[in-house]
Amino acid sequence: MSSDFSNLRLDFPVLDQHVGGRPLVYLDNAATTHKPRAVIDALARFYERDNSNVHRGLHALSMRATDGYEAARARTAKFLHAADPAEIVFTSGTTASINLVAQGWARANLRPGDVVICTEMEHHSNMVPWQIVCEQTGATLRYIPVTGDDAEGGLDLAAYEEMLNDSVKVVAFTHISNTLGTINPATEICAKAKAAGAITVVDGAQSAGHENVDVQAMGCDFYAFSGHKMAAPTGIGVLYGRRELLDSMDPWQGGGGMINIVNYEGSEWKPSPERFEAGTPNVADAIGLHAAMDYLDQVSRPAIGKHESTLAAQAYDALSQLPGIRLLGPRAGQPRAGLVSFAFADVHAHDVVTFADQDGVALRGGHHCNQPLMKKLGLPSTTRASFYLYNTEEDVAALVASMQRILKFFGA
Amino acid sequence: MSDLTDLYQAVILDHNKRPRNRGKLPQATRWATGDNPTCGDNCTVYLEMDGERIGEISFEGSGCAISQASASLMTTQLKGKTLSEAEESFGEFKDIVTTGREPEEFNEVAAFAGVHAFPARIKCATLAWHAAVDALKQPDQIPTN
Repeated sequence: MSSDFSNLRLDFPVLDQHVGGRPLVYLDNAATTHKPRAVIDALARFYERDNSNVHRGLHALSMRATDGYEAARARTAKFLHAADPAEIVFTSGTTASINLVAQGWARANLRPGDVVICTEMEHHSNMVPWQIVCEQTGATLRYIPVTGDDAEGGLDLAAYEEMLNDSVKVVAFTHISNTLGTINPATEICAKAKAAGAITVVDGAQSAGHENVDVQAMGCDFYAFSGHKMAAPTGIGVLYGRRELLDSMDPWQGGGGMINIVNYEGSEWKPSPERFEAGTPNVADAIGLHAAMDYLDQVSRPAIGKHESTLAAQAYDALSQLPGIRLLGPRAGQPRAGLVSFAFADVHAHDVVTFADQDGVALRGGHHCNQPLMKKLGLPSTTRASFYLYNTEEDVAALVASMQRILKFFGA
Repeated sequence: MSDLTDLYQAVILDHNKRPRNRGKLPQATRWATGDNPTCGDNCTVYLEMDGERIGEISFEGSGCAISQASASLMTTQLKGKTLSEAEESFGEFKDIVTTGREPEEFNEVAAFAGVHAFPARIKCATLAWHAAVDALKQPDQIPTN
């Protein structure tokens, strides 16, 4: 275990560049993270040495590719403390994982009058799939409210408890808000849902790779995340599902790799997880994901989470001194994940992001795939700075200096 | 910082800070709204027609300095114009923001030439113009208040 983060930047080749004549300060990690040399090398090694299709071939390369792919599955099970590698389904990302639950489990199990609960702080990817399946089944979608003028109060858990009853079949929520930096009490939310007889679906896009995730201790039924938000390649994601639930689900897509026997009259499918992996899977990126997990655990996930939260808290404190700024999410001193979202009274987020880019500081401006929450907070958009293991206190200073310059420039 | 100064010329900063013709026109008979769903910007343009010409024009909405200044400046450019004249002006404006070429005759819209170096911001500059042309194409309606 290492907690010295000062040199980790050197592990990420893409960070070795200048933007706007200054060293790149990359603070858009909640959108996607960069990849360490170890991940890039794992991809190159696979394509240079082992590239082949999996589960079908009897030749050496195919066996190596299959071993690599299944080793990635086993590694993912360990990464999430899942009981069994068969509970790990590889997908293209969090969005595909949540849609798989919505269409694979919820569509078959929801009836008119049933209720799906999600939250007002959900990313569109954990909201729209539920809107679609509720439309298809006649179920109703309800939202746990977010409290506080700046959403500083997090989820209204008392309101959540009042919403729970026999009709509730699914509770879907984000572990960490990509917009607010709020860390939701996942274990508590899952326990209450379970007591009411509902299944739980956790959007882990912002938590996997940032802290130790133990799906069994959390007590969730499904947990979804994307590789690219935790140092792994794009195009690979994971759905963890409790074995019993996965085995009860029909396939979402048909094709090769997910069947036992195919007749012209019909087919019989394989058990999970292959049942949900029709077609040639994303072998290379699963192997890249494996390398990313090894890398993150070599650094230590709890240390990464602590490092990011410390930087975000520093940014929060420094930014709060700026005139006309409105900071969203947990207040100073409250637990906060590694990101800060804010808006200036007189300078629009897109002007902020364009300006910061000229300073070599990469930020995100917009609604962060959370339009309803932005409307509720009365904001068209915010600027977001999100941190990862390779960011430093110097990056926070560069952010704050850039924001000071923009306020001066716009005479705000 | 020269690129940024080009993008945010004094004209743009001024129109952003002191927008002209901002707010709803109570006697408007045509209006249309444009949205940039990816950034959450929106702009509604209101028209009071004088025959086939724009008698009065205003806008409201929210967005970045580029979109707000563009909307403000646009209202000063389109007053008195017909649909075809407005489309011609929009064509010239699009040319300016996509190529950076400045108009031959002096015109404040030349301030937007710097936008061409920031392709992601072109849609901010054209949002209000799209809404204005859309509004001109609407049938006349009864003013809402």
